[in-house]
Amino acid sequence: MHIVVCIKQVPDSAQIRVHPVTNTIMRQGVPTIINPYDLFALEAALALRDQHGGEVTVLTMGPPSAADSLRKALTFGADRAVLLTDRFFAGADTLATTYALATAIRKIGETFGAPDLVFTGKQTIDGDTAQVGPGVAKRLGLLQLTYVAKISALDLDNKTIEAERRSEGGVQILQTRLPCLITMLEATNEIRRGGMADALRAARAEVVTWSAKDAGVEDITKCGLRGSPTIVKRVFAPQARAEKATMVDFSDTPPADALIAELFKRQPKLETELATLARGY
Amino acid sequence: MFELTEDQIAIRDMAQTFAREEIAPHALEWDAAEHFPIPTLKAAAALGMAGIYVRDDVGGSGLSRLDATLIFEALATGCPATSAYLSIHNMVAWMIDRFGAPEQRAKWLPKLCAMDLVASYCLTEPGSGSDAAALKTRAVREGDHYVLHGEKQFISGAGASDLYAVMVRTGGEGPSGVSTVLVEAGTPGLSFGANEKKMGWKVQPTRAVIFDGVCVPVANLLGAEGEGFKFAMAGLDGGRLNIAACSLGGAQSAFDKALNYSGERKAFGKAINQFQALQFRLADMETQLEVARTFLWRAAAALDRADPKATRLCAMAKRFVTDAGFEVANEALQLHGGYGYLADYGVEKIVRDLRVHQILEGTNEIMRVIIARALVQRGN
Ligand SMILES: Cc1cc2nc3c(=O)[nH]c(=O)nc-3n(C[C@H](O)[C@H](O)[C@H](O)COP(=O)(O)OP(=O)(O)OC[C@H]3O[C@@H](n4cnc5c(N)ncnc54)[C@H](O)[C@@H]3O)c2cc1C
Repeated sequence: MHIVVCIKQVPDSAQIRVHPVTNTIMRQGVPTIINPYDLFALEAALALRDQHGGEVTVLTMGPPSAADSLRKALTFGADRAVLLTDRFFAGADTLATTYALATAIRKIGETFGAPDLVFTGKQTIDGDTAQVGPGVAKRLGLLQLTYVAKISALDLDNKTIEAERRSEGGVQILQTRLPCLITMLEATNEIRRGGMADALRAARAEVVTWSAKDAGVEDITKCGLRGSPTIVKRVFAPQARAEKATMVDFSDTPPADALIAELFKRQPKLETELATLARGY
Repeated sequence: MFELTEDQIAIRDMAQTFAREEIAPHALEWDAAEHFPIPTLKAAAALGMAGIYVRDDVGGSGLSRLDATLIFEALATGCPATSAYLSIHNMVAWMIDRFGAPEQRAKWLPKLCAMDLVASYCLTEPGSGSDAAALKTRAVREGDHYVLHGEKQFISGAGASDLYAVMVRTGGEGPSGVSTVLVEAGTPGLSFGANEKKMGWKVQPTRAVIFDGVCVPVANLLGAEGEGFKFAMAGLDGGRLNIAACSLGGAQSAFDKALNYSGERKAFGKAINQFQALQFRLADMETQLEVARTFLWRAAAALDRADPKATRLCAMAKRFVTDAGFEVANEALQLHGGYGYLADYGVEKIVRDLRVHQILEGTNEIMRVIIARALVQRGN
């Protein structure tokens, strides 16, 4: 089995400071990290590999310094790292990014074997769009499972995968055919810690580095700033919504009863609706 | 050797991450509760840090002494005493790897490297510390057993450890009468004193170990009779580098705290780091740390290539780095003013922990004895 995991190197938002005078984000000197969501994707991929055998290739598009993040991914146990780096890729929006990544994944398939699974994180902490995973799937013609909380089964013989997808109001259990792309939700697993041997292997590993040409990009106008129709009009912090907290008096009722009473008071129809529902059972 | 290799940087980064995430957040709590963090030590072992310079056929990491100093310095930035305990365990594992028979290596090392067994090193006695070769704990051979009588003092990890490397007297007086035997916890006749109340190193227990007719199979003798003192001293060469590295890591972390604090704390209308008197002290502290680190690496590299001067260089490193480390940590406390004296700021713990590094694994006076002895004897 071959799994490709797309990761992105992002500024560590916990360490970003806002310039006190100009109010702009100060990126200089901010350490970079692997996008935290991508670590859940990486761990899910590594766990599948450990269970079923095969290889995990990590892929990133970014400046040459993004090799650090790839090496980090190798210390967690990834088998191979591919860095897609070229000045033509700079300034890419999600459309241009998915074009470049999809091209690179095709090339990875030709070079190292076609992937059975492609993983991405749900979104990045610097872009927050959640568009790249689905975009890559679309370009590669892969089936996709988004917002996955857990891979519940993988059947390599029949080429099927079953996953729990968190959706509003519940959990969907979905099954699909391989190859497919999965975007992983946060807090679904805990990334393993690489040991001394992994650290050494990562330090000695060669990061496969491809330019746009190496990766087989055919249309350079679809890359980077030129391939990015998105225009950012304004960046702003959303207004905090003013919501008043309600004080509930627990002094002479047990907390649960007091809360339920408060709920019924706010939703006058709820009590009768529930009673009707209950009669139906 | 004035730059680390990529391998060494990777090893150091790994240990630093472990210290930052698994040790540092708990260090003050462990210290206050006198909690010995065995699960954390085992987690470090799972990553390859319990048999750092043990050969890899038995689960060791097969790294160098220099690599080990990087690891212990990194771990000590989280907690010097936790790091130092791991050093003692590594020292025992190495003694078995280096001097043990193949069966002994196969029997003990996989478990020691995984820390399924935790080890202690027992040399000091109530009546003999610096003059370790005067030790009196006796082992008398009876058939295929040794029977041990005597008492060890100040043993780190005692009571919690599973395996004790004990220096005992099997022959006449002096170093040539000393042997090393391995004693398992639970052996009848083996008991422990109370956990000593001490200034620092509170995250690990220190107890007397008492041998009252403890029966140990002859198969647990390391090497031959009479070689024990040599083994104990060889272990300490590396141990001293590690203890120095632990001082360095602790001092570095105290310095980093002081550097931060001096930028935030205001007095007389400005941040205190704007006073030149204070800037000079920061400059001196940083210089001390860098000089100490550079020399520590040199001594470690000498031990790695079995340089004939290695013992002397290790003694110099232990003396210089543990003194410099303590001074820097103490100075970092001073720069914090009254807050440095409060436990919450984490600096006083480092000072308390580093103080004992000037005393154990050979006092810093004894380091001078070792250095001077070589000078005076050889006249070089
Ligand atoms: C917290 C802690 C943990 C320890 N853990 C261990 C352990 O795990 N295993 C173990 O075996 N030991 C351990 N020790 C013991 C430690 O190694 C000894 O305390 C140390 O070697 C000093 O011995 P001593 O205490 O008997 O001091 P002494 O030898 O009595 O020395 C007293 C003073 O005299 C000085 N002195 C002695 N001889 C000379 C000389 N020839 N020239 C100049 N000055 C001299 C010493 O430097 C010292 O200042 C530990 C000690 C402590 C405090």
